Amino acid sequence: MYVYDAFDRTFLQERVAEFRDQVARRLSGELNEEEFKPLRLMNGVYLQLHAYMLRVCIPYGTLNATQLRALARVARRYDRDYGHFTTRQNIQFNWIKLAELPDAMADLAEVGIHGIQTSGNCIRNTTTDAFAGAARDEIEDPRLYAEIIRQWSTLHPEFTYLPRKFKIAISAARHDRAATRVHDVGLRLHRRDGETGFEVMVGGGLGRTPYIGKTIRDFLPKEDLLSYLEAIVRTYNLGGRRDNIYKARIKIQVHELGAEAFAEKVEAEWRQIKDGALKLDQAALDTIADRFLTPDFEALPDDPAELATALANPAFARWHANSVVPHKVGGHAIVTLSLKPVGGPPGDCTADQMDTIADLAERYGYGEVRVAHEQNLVLPHVRQKDLPAVWRALDAIGVATPNVGLVTDIISCPGLDYCSLANTRSIPIAQKLTQRFADDARIADIGRLHVNISGCINACGHHHIGHIGILGVEKKDEEFFQISLGGKGNSKARLGELIGPAIPESEIVDAVERLVDTYLELRASPAETFIAAVERLGIEPFKERAYAPR
Amino acid sequence: MPLVKSGAVAADPFTAVADGAPLPDGPVIISADRLLAEQGTLAARNGEIGVAWPNGRDVAELQPLLGRLSLVALAFPKFRDGRAYSQARLLRERYGFKGELRATGNVLRDQLLMMARAGFDGFEVEKAADAAAFAQALESYSLFYQPTGDGRRTVAAARRAAEG
Repeated sequence: MYVYDAFDRTFLQERVAEFRDQVARRLSGELNEEEFKPLRLMNGVYLQLHAYMLRVCIPYGTLNATQLRALARVARRYDRDYGHFTTRQNIQFNWIKLAELPDAMADLAEVGIHGIQTSGNCIRNTTTDAFAGAARDEIEDPRLYAEIIRQWSTLHPEFTYLPRKFKIAISAARHDRAATRVHDVGLRLHRRDGETGFEVMVGGGLGRTPYIGKTIRDFLPKEDLLSYLEAIVRTYNLGGRRDNIYKARIKIQVHELGAEAFAEKVEAEWRQIKDGALKLDQAALDTIADRFLTPDFEALPDDPAELATALANPAFARWHANSVVPHKVGGHAIVTLSLKPVGGPPGDCTADQMDTIADLAERYGYGEVRVAHEQNLVLPHVRQKDLPAVWRALDAIGVATPNVGLVTDIISCPGLDYCSLANTRSIPIAQKLTQRFADDARIADIGRLHVNISGCINACGHHHIGHIGILGVEKKDEEFFQISLGGKGNSKARLGELIGPAIPESEIVDAVERLVDTYLELRASPAETFIAAVERLGIEPFKERAYAPR
Repeated sequence: MPLVKSGAVAADPFTAVADGAPLPDGPVIISADRLLAEQGTLAARNGEIGVAWPNGRDVAELQPLLGRLSLVALAFPKFRDGRAYSQARLLRERYGFKGELRATGNVLRDQLLMMARAGFDGFEVEKAADAAAFAQALESYSLFYQPTGDGRRTVAAARRAAEG
């Protein structure tokens, strides 16, 4: 992973000092709340329903064991012994006091982490594939480019007060595990004639007005990455709408101008700057690449005896089939740690769990941990012979539920339990669904099925791209939920289709179960996934059965 | 509203003149519309001319007139409205404007450094305390990740120098 040098560390210390001064001026009254708000947001500090929340940036979801332990310490010292991993590969602490925030940030800065640009109308944390650097199907490690984008976008003097927030996602694998088509800018690495380049998509996004991103360049040479991004963001900064917060994202500008006209503006701007200071020559790429520590992998034989023996245990075998995928290096594996236990809030992790996971990463995983946008953690580099020991340790702390990618691997926003924007609570729906589908054999039989829950139309739970999407709406002070079917976030991204009127909170779990039962009855074979069945049959047969007989 | 130039509170020699009002002697700031409409007569004027250029207008329109202008004022209607940052960089870095680039409107201490990086060198600061803290605000960082036209040292340049 990328290792901060003295320059990165100096910058971070200066940032902490600046925020300490801003907090002091807020506490003294020199800054009013309106003036302070964008400053605290740009440091990841939100005011929620009950307290300040600190959102800590985990650049492109990569952590080392020391950093994970620092997160555990912050959870213990300043919060209530846990943190919440988000769909943006970040972590949130929900109960921090304003006066203690600078200290928490100073503690994090010691290990090179911070809350910079996790909120505010600026370029946010660039997200990527949680399996980056380990996946068999990737062209090259996308984190090099994510880090280059991180540095370019950090306190960018021109792009810190954009019309609205700006999110970039990058994927370098055949399977898009970063949902690039639903970001303000999506980048997909391709290789053409031996050269690396990017497909550039703009104007994707969920929220109130969901759009799938449009490709405006199918192959951008890698040396032009930053100048092209600068051209896009400048076009947006100058021309994006500022009259209405709900129409201020770049997706609206792209939609209103049309993707072709938008692309022409970007290209015209880019031609003026493409050979300027942002050009990434090989030396510039090498400078960043040299600061990435790559594990010194030793290729080992696949399926060692230790693994074969352990597979005789059905519980281990079920977890192995569900949570472990092949690694690019022989004899290794990628392990996903489910943060979706039966009855638990999706994405929550206790300080003790973080410490144990950090220990395991050091002992068995080259010291690396990833945060997946599905709100799970990943040990990206585990030797196959160590899998039985890793499983026992993970199982002991409750992060080995074999439900990765299955119906109970629910993505959910924090909802009305924390968030001041939400209309409904979403975590309790997720908890009830995990209880209804608690049988490991049953969910394995149901197979791949993504359920996404958002507590309001801001869509932080990405319900538009859930195979089953659940959206909370408030009617006459009561919680209702709309269901959509058939959404997908991968390279064939598609928005789900609403099946009908909203359902009361008390009936939503039954309705989801009826949808699942309908699939089990109608699927062509167990090999046909839920999403494939919805695509083949359309939503009608599901719609008929979803609503309770009245 | 104190004007800060070269790190210190300075007297403002410019007078803002409304459209249609006669131009007094001495440096003036006029609107974009007036500048474009009266450019012929303005060319013959002796005194310095500045223009208040709106956020919604392309600064490329100004390019042919820049040689005649001593000052371009760009507005921050709210400090959260960042269009003037892009306009400033274009004027400095693309069109080579050498005169005063003045930030007006909701100009606050916590944005001064970014404004300076974008090319502003005159600041109509809203609060007197912010004007006093100007130098401190500009020194809160010693290193920057992005190359802009201000010439401040970037992290990339520092790395290259360190590598020899």
